[in-house]
Amino acid sequence: MKVKDVLSSLGFFDHFTEKRTCKKCGTEENYAILRANNMICPHCNTYMRMTAEERIGLVVDADTFKETDAGLESGNPIDFPDYAIKLKRAKKATSQNEAVMCGTAKIGGNKCAVFAMDSTFMMGSMGSIVGEKITRLFEKAITENLPVIGFTTSGGARMQEGIFSLMQMAKISGAVKRHSDAGNLYITVLTDPTTGGVTASFAMQGDILISEPKALIGFAGQRVIEQTTGEKLPKGFQRAEFMLEHGFIDMIEERGRLKYTLTTLLNIHCKKKKNTDERSRMKNAE
Amino acid sequence: MLNEKTPYERVQAARSNSRPMGGYYINRMIDSFIELHGDRRFGDDGAIVAGVGYLDEIPVTVIGMERGDSIEDRMKRHFGSPAPEGYRKALRLMKQAEKFNRPIICFIGSAGAYCGIDAEKRGQGEAIAENLMEMMGIKVPIISVVVGEGGSGGALALGVCDTAIMLENSVYSVISPEGCASILWKDSSRAPDAAEALKITADDLYKFGIVEHVVDEEGRTYEEICSSLKRIIKDDLNEKLRLSPRDLLNHRYNKFRKIGRVAE
Repeated sequence: MKVKDVLSSLGFFDHFTEKRTCKKCGTEENYAILRANNMICPHCNTYMRMTAEERIGLVVDADTFKETDAGLESGNPIDFPDYAIKLKRAKKATSQNEAVMCGTAKIGGNKCAVFAMDSTFMMGSMGSIVGEKITRLFEKAITENLPVIGFTTSGGARMQEGIFSLMQMAKISGAVKRHSDAGNLYITVLTDPTTGGVTASFAMQGDILISEPKALIGFAGQRVIEQTTGEKLPKGFQRAEFMLEHGFIDMIEERGRLKYTLTTLLNIHCKKKKNTDERSRMKNAE
Repeated sequence: MLNEKTPYERVQAARSNSRPMGGYYINRMIDSFIELHGDRRFGDDGAIVAGVGYLDEIPVTVIGMERGDSIEDRMKRHFGSPAPEGYRKALRLMKQAEKFNRPIICFIGSAGAYCGIDAEKRGQGEAIAENLMEMMGIKVPIISVVVGEGGSGGALALGVCDTAIMLENSVYSVISPEGCASILWKDSSRAPDAAEALKITADDLYKFGIVEHVVDEEGRTYEEICSSLKRIIKDDLNEKLRLSPRDLLNHRYNKFRKIGRVAE
């Protein structure tokens, strides 16, 4: 066996041979090139959806991410038909156990708790384990006085877990409340799409809400609104720009600048500025 | 049992036009009720009826979902589906209850939060999210009663509580059976199957430990159901009023914390 074959069998060249197709313009591109371009299509500038792993890789300092509760797996709490099979398929397709990845990491040198939802796992839907993992992360962040940075993407509560999914909204909200009351920072980064029960709970509960450009953010689904009301949806309805205009998010940030913005916000909340310029010296003298 | 209703029959009972909603229980159970209006932000939502009064000798704040009776009334209350300003009114009055140390009773009965362009513009998701978070910190007892259809996040926005009660023929679900059937099987006529699979009856939720009490309906008038409900609420309130605010909030946190908890 040649060295090349060994490396190849280890997946060394996967990044260079693996390709992804942009859903917007249909152009096929090397995965390595897309990763280097923050998963933005170099041909049409579309923000492609990212996995939890890619998300975390985008913002955390190299080699600082320590995953927590990776082994937690969903059961079938209400014995919903075919749910076990769907879960199995999602696990196989994504090599993940659930629709959220949690852990601790450093961002620009600031230690924080991080969660990233993954829309490739059952549309990022929230069941008991998603709820449990995020709740545990907030509880850990309370104990260790850490800020939480959360990336949301979800179709909403996972109906196959019935009332258990719905109640995760309350469960996580309880942990967010305690984390907030203890004076800790929580920043949510809303990514395409964030809808339903996730919008109506922890996605909107951050101290600071950042969205990616053009991300779909809303409570009710667009088709449902059209069917129920018979109204025609205005252009750009429920997009990040619409949410900004109506006062429901703080800012829209480009992927390439996200790490810088998060670092600056974390610095402002967690560190005193090392500054000897004239203005701050005068301020101190007052 | 032979006369046992199917889950979908209970959904139909919960939605029945003749079934009383929040307004009925408030009027019948609460003495000297004074309705209070408005969210102080945008408007007043008719789908939420709220105010102050007495539960026997105890001053309380009551908040109920109401769909109205006549067709005009129903249009005005958009058939009982609360708009963001309804949830914000509810939260405003809960904070007021906390200030004056009054317990809170919520009545839930709605297909869900109002679904429309304006509701999205005014932050339906944000309004519900804020209620969930803030209700976790309200330092007076909260009792939530599902009297009709407990439709998803729009129901839960009045459902973060210390004690949850369901009437026998009410249902509480993450999604409507029709919605579930149309997403999963592309066929909303299979709603009865979805109702069965989703486990949404009072009995199911009691078995899951998500609600603490179920009020029997079979063979009883609504007056009788209401008196029985009132007795449960009163006994429970007397118990919760003995807890310190700290113990009360810990109890509330743990009530939800344990749902879907997994062993290491």
